Amino acid sequence: MVTLKCPVCGGQVTVEDDALPGEIIEHDCGAQLEVYNDNGRLAVRLAEQVGEDWGE
Amino acid sequence: MILGVTYDLLRWEEKNLIQEANKLGHKVVPIYTKDFYYISSEDFQIQGLDVVLQRNTSHQRALSTSAIFEGLGYKVVNDSRTLVNCENKLITTMLLSSHDIPIPKTGFAFSKEKSIELANKLGYPSVIKPIEGSWGRMVAKVTDEDTLRSFMEYQDFTTLSAKYIYYIQEFVKKPDRDIRIFVIGDEAPVGIYRVNSKNWRTNTALGAIAEPLKIDEELQDLALKVKDIIGGFFLGIDVFEDPERGYLVDEVNGVPEYKNTVRVNQFNVSSYLIKKIEEWIRK
Ligand SMILES: [Zn+2]
Repeated sequence: MVTLKCPVCGGQVTVEDDALPGEIIEHDCGAQLEVYNDNGRLAVRLAEQVGEDWGE
Repeated sequence: MILGVTYDLLRWEEKNLIQEANKLGHKVVPIYTKDFYYISSEDFQIQGLDVVLQRNTSHQRALSTSAIFEGLGYKVVNDSRTLVNCENKLITTMLLSSHDIPIPKTGFAFSKEKSIELANKLGYPSVIKPIEGSWGRMVAKVTDEDTLRSFMEYQDFTTLSAKYIYYIQEFVKKPDRDIRIFVIGDEAPVGIYRVNSKNWRTNTALGAIAEPLKIDEELQDLALKVKDIIGGFFLGIDVFEDPERGYLVDEVNGVPEYKNTVRVNQFNVSSYLIKKIEEWIRK
C-alpha cells in the first residue's frame, strides 16, 4: 500500500502498490481521484470530468 | 500472446480484462493514453504486441489511438474504421439503412427550421439526440414543436463538436426495456435486457436494470449482419422491440461496457473475448 495525500482535502489516500494509472478512487471527502504516474511514482489528482464524447 | 490494452479510465471492464488475460497465461501491456505519445521519426517503444485492445472511454482518444496502432502495423480491436462507423450515429444510421437493416424512422437536418419540418413529418413524440455521445446523455423526448425548439437551443450551447447536426428519431413504442446484444468475433453469444419502468431511456447508466436475455436465431442473425456492415470484432448492439415491426437496431457501440452483462448472465465476456482474439491472430 502507498499512502498519498488527497489534493482536495489534504487527507490520506491509500492506494494498492500495483494500482495502474487511470484507476479511480472515491475519497472520503467526496472527491473523485485518478491515479497517475508522477515520474515513476504513483500519485493522485482530481479525476477528469466526464467529456461530451465519453461513453460506451 | 502479448495483449496491449489502451485505456484512459481503468473501469471494471479493463481491470477484469487484465486479470482474465493473465489467468489465461497471456501478458498484458497496459497503455494509459495520457502517458502515451508517438513520434513518427522515432522507433516505437512498445514492441512485440500481438494485438491491441481498444478500451478508451473518450471516443476521440479511442479513434486516435486505434489509428496510431493500426498505422504501426498492429491488429487492433476495434479498428478506427469501425469506431468511425459506430461512434457517429449519422454514419451508423446511413450504413444500416442502406443495407436494409430495420431501424427506427430517423431524420437529419442542419438548421432549426428544417428540423421542425422533419419532426412534424415524423410526428410527436419524437426523440432528439446528439450524433455523438453515450449513456443516454442529452437524449430527449420531444412532445411538440416548443420542446423541440428548446432542446435545439440547449444543443447550441453545449460544447458538442457536431452541435448543428440535428438527429431526430421517431419514438418507438417499445416495452419498458430494450436489448443489448454483444458480438464477439463471429458470434453473438450473450446479451441483456435493459429494463426501466420509470424512464423511457433504458441505459444502465441511467438506472435501468439488467436482466438475462435468451438470444433467438433472428436476433443472432441480425447482430452478425450488423457486424458485417459496421466492421469490428467486439460490438455492443442496441435493439428495440417494436410491437409491429419486430427488432429495430438503434445504436452500435465500439467500446462496449459489459459489467452488468457478466453479472446477470454469469458469462465471462473478458475471457471469451480474449480466447476469440487469440484464435483470430493465430489464423
Ligand atoms: Zn479528499
